[in-house]
Amino acid sequence: MRRGGEVELAQDAALKRTATTANAKSPELAAVNFELERYEFGEPAVHHFELQRRDFFKAMGGGVAILVAAGRPLAAAVVAQESGGRRRRGDEDLPENIGAWLHVGEDGGITVFTGKVEIGQNIRTSLAQAVAEELRVSVASIRMNMGDTAHVPFDMGTFGSRSTPTMGLQLRRAAATAKDVLIDLAAKKWTVVRDGLVADDGRVRDPRSGRAATYAELAAGQQFAETIPEEDPLIAPAKWTVAGKSIAKVEGRDFVTGAHRYASDMVLPGMLYAKIVRPSAFGASLVSVDAKEAKAMDGVTCVVDGDFIGVAAPSEYLAGQAAKKIHAEWKSSPQPSSDGIFEYLKTHRGKGQDYDEPRPHIAGSLEAGLAAAEVKLRQNYTAAYIAHSPLEPRAAAAEWKDGALTVWTGTQRPFAVRDALAEAFHLSADRVRVLVPDMGSGYGGKHTPESAIEAARLAKAAGKPVKLVWSREEEFTWAYFRPAALIEISSGVSRDGRITAWEFHNYNSGTSGIETPYDISNQRIEFHGSDSPLRQGSYRGLAATANHFARETHMDELARAVTMDALEFRRRNLKDARLLAVLEAAAKAFGWSERKKEDGRGFGIAGGTEKGGYVAACADVRVDRASGEVKVERLLSAFECGAIVNPEHLSNQVEGAMVMGLGGALFEAIAFADGRITNPHFAQYRVPRFSDMPKTESVLVDRKDLPSAGAGETPIVGVAPAIGNAIFDATGVRLRAMPLVPDGLHVGKS
Amino acid sequence: MRTAAIELVVNGTRRAIASEGEASLLSVLRDEIGLTGAKYGCGEGQCGACTVLIDGVPRRSCITKVWSVAGKAITTIEGIERDGALHPLQEAFLVEDALQCGYCTSGMIVSGVGLLKTNPHPSDAEILEFMEGNICRCGTYPRILAAIRRAAAGNGGVR
Ligand code: FES
Ligand code: FES
Repeated sequence: MRRGGEVELAQDAALKRTATTANAKSPELAAVNFELERYEFGEPAVHHFELQRRDFFKAMGGGVAILVAAGRPLAAAVVAQESGGRRRRGDEDLPENIGAWLHVGEDGGITVFTGKVEIGQNIRTSLAQAVAEELRVSVASIRMNMGDTAHVPFDMGTFGSRSTPTMGLQLRRAAATAKDVLIDLAAKKWTVVRDGLVADDGRVRDPRSGRAATYAELAAGQQFAETIPEEDPLIAPAKWTVAGKSIAKVEGRDFVTGAHRYASDMVLPGMLYAKIVRPSAFGASLVSVDAKEAKAMDGVTCVVDGDFIGVAAPSEYLAGQAAKKIHAEWKSSPQPSSDGIFEYLKTHRGKGQDYDEPRPHIAGSLEAGLAAAEVKLRQNYTAAYIAHSPLEPRAAAAEWKDGALTVWTGTQRPFAVRDALAEAFHLSADRVRVLVPDMGSGYGGKHTPESAIEAARLAKAAGKPVKLVWSREEEFTWAYFRPAALIEISSGVSRDGRITAWEFHNYNSGTSGIETPYDISNQRIEFHGSDSPLRQGSYRGLAATANHFARETHMDELARAVTMDALEFRRRNLKDARLLAVLEAAAKAFGWSERKKEDGRGFGIAGGTEKGGYVAACADVRVDRASGEVKVERLLSAFECGAIVNPEHLSNQVEGAMVMGLGGALFEAIAFADGRITNPHFAQYRVPRFSDMPKTESVLVDRKDLPSAGAGETPIVGVAPAIGNAIFDATGVRLRAMPLVPDGLHVGKS
Repeated sequence: MRTAAIELVVNGTRRAIASEGEASLLSVLRDEIGLTGAKYGCGEGQCGACTVLIDGVPRRSCITKVWSVAGKAITTIEGIERDGALHPLQEAFLVEDALQCGYCTSGMIVSGVGLLKTNPHPSDAEILEFMEGNICRCGTYPRILAAIRRAAAGNGGVR
């Protein structure tokens, strides 16, 4: 059934864990008989790639194509098994499970086809760079065809920090193979042995004879397709010439001139503008609706279909006017509110959820560990629901032509959106094409197909292309949220600073980063699913942020309890050399051991690991006791994720994660009551702004001997605990809830 | 009774506008004139993604009714580049890698250009204060600050 995707999931525990927390309450689009939650992290459709070689080259033009088998060894085995001889594997067939491909055209143009999309993580540049490096051409000469479901091979989605490690590696291999093929072609052409031929600068040379042929000359007249072998020799990172260096963002100029077109900027001939009339509360059902007035407006299309109400009009202004003229009455039921939510999550366990809770992780004996402890500590920690609120809200432009549907939308999962559209409109998947212009970011928040379906529904009714851009309020309300967390920790430690017992319970938020990296013999670590009143899903770092906040705050409390320096305490309980290395690197760059206590000023440190990356953060915080204002003066993160592909962009990611982490650490929290979000505006939901900026520094630890891991998420996890620990250092007030200081810190008041 | 169509002067070009006078300047720029560089981020004047210059002063076009700017000089991000040459602040954004997804970038650059027009050599504190209304959800603030500093250090942002 779920072939390629299952393999991916099975290979990546982090993704699997993400899937377990993804069950969500979702607004129902009864209009199109479509349950969104199934697609939240739903199974990918089986990708039948049955392109014949000649069709392939007809579509692509001749040349040299290198196809990357998806999932590699395991996937191949599963595919072979499941297809059970059903599929003919003649010479003319290309393999079914393709992750990406690379094409060197007869004009020498190099094009990469991948289902990954650009969400601001700079993958367009870094993937082009990886290919350029292997093929010895300039980055500018690589064309990246990304996320167009009609042209690129199936892809699960751009999330989980997997893009750089997996896709980067795959394309690197493909490019290296293409280079080998081109060298072979040159050798054949000149009837020489291939050893000694050199590929660089877009051509193959024979230094012995001085002959040279461009890639275009070599690819001309070819119809060469190869699926890459398992172990292709790669250029060792130490020898990288392009990829290890910082290069400017591909197409950067389009962004600084306003020329780049996001999905929300799409213009199609005769296009209408949409506005959706939303229910009064989550889960509300439509009692009655009067749309007569709106329907009577010139050029306005109005759709009432089940609980779906939407309009499309010749201008955004008119769409807004028409929507206002629709009088809808909704029925909703009482729902929990953000006050008291953590008690609710603890007492309303996993109801209505259909996944298996992972088994607790148990080691040694907690009883024995606690008995051996000289100091025991039991504390609870919480993290609020927060919103991704990407600056570009969800948006889609949809166009029907001869019963086929094309949608431009900002999504991290183009194929999932395509399949959702196909299902919603009862089409076969090949009648639906989804294109993803580089988008106004997502942070894990743009996995679902709502705006695409809504725009397509209205376009179908109007018989014209329709664009829908969610309002900020819709984005804050009808998207999904980072899960709230209640975390209970009970621990024991000896006077000399060794942790003897560690019990950790996470309610609702998930298992990312739930395991402790510290060396503790007696542990029980457990995740408990809850019946979340809000729709929740993926977010940068997901549960790892809450889990690290709780753990690293607790570590600080334990260090204090045995009057030991926070760094020294961690050293004493750590065997993981990579985590230790980033902690030491951060401490050194920060000047941890030379820090000077002043009144109202404090320092904190925290570290952790997630998704193959290791991070340590140090914070310097100032607290004005009179006003309660907390200012993070300096924030430093040391980060290691294997070999560094592009240091400039990596620093940018790490710093971006720090700033984003700052919001969730200090003041971001979704407030809700009775099925409504009560702070759905930037004026009420505070996000980090210029004046909140600390001095940020990133220290990159380059491990050229290790494969690259993704960087988009992990650097976020150290921020909140480092700041919280610094606030304690400054004031003696221990904060155990994220956000830490939504209304400032009020010491000794109240 | 107002019958005459509204005229806007956008990036130096005079245009008659068919949209309702009550429509937002942002929607008219984007949908009627086809200049999509100014972005919708909130529609409430709280994020700065839609910033344009009105007679040289940064304004939130999402909360500006189109009738209120008739005849005034409107500069959008598309008008910041001149004759194929980037403004020093645009150059500085590229050099400092001051963008991730780039969705805030138009508004940031237009606001920054507005700042440099009146204050060619701002202090850090002045930059922060002036730019406070512009949100970058990707968190590139430190680099944007560096880009504005860089442009100011050159020629005070003058070409
Ligand atoms: S869109 Fe105008 S300020 Fe946000
Ligand atoms: S770069 Fe994405 S919002 Fe600023």
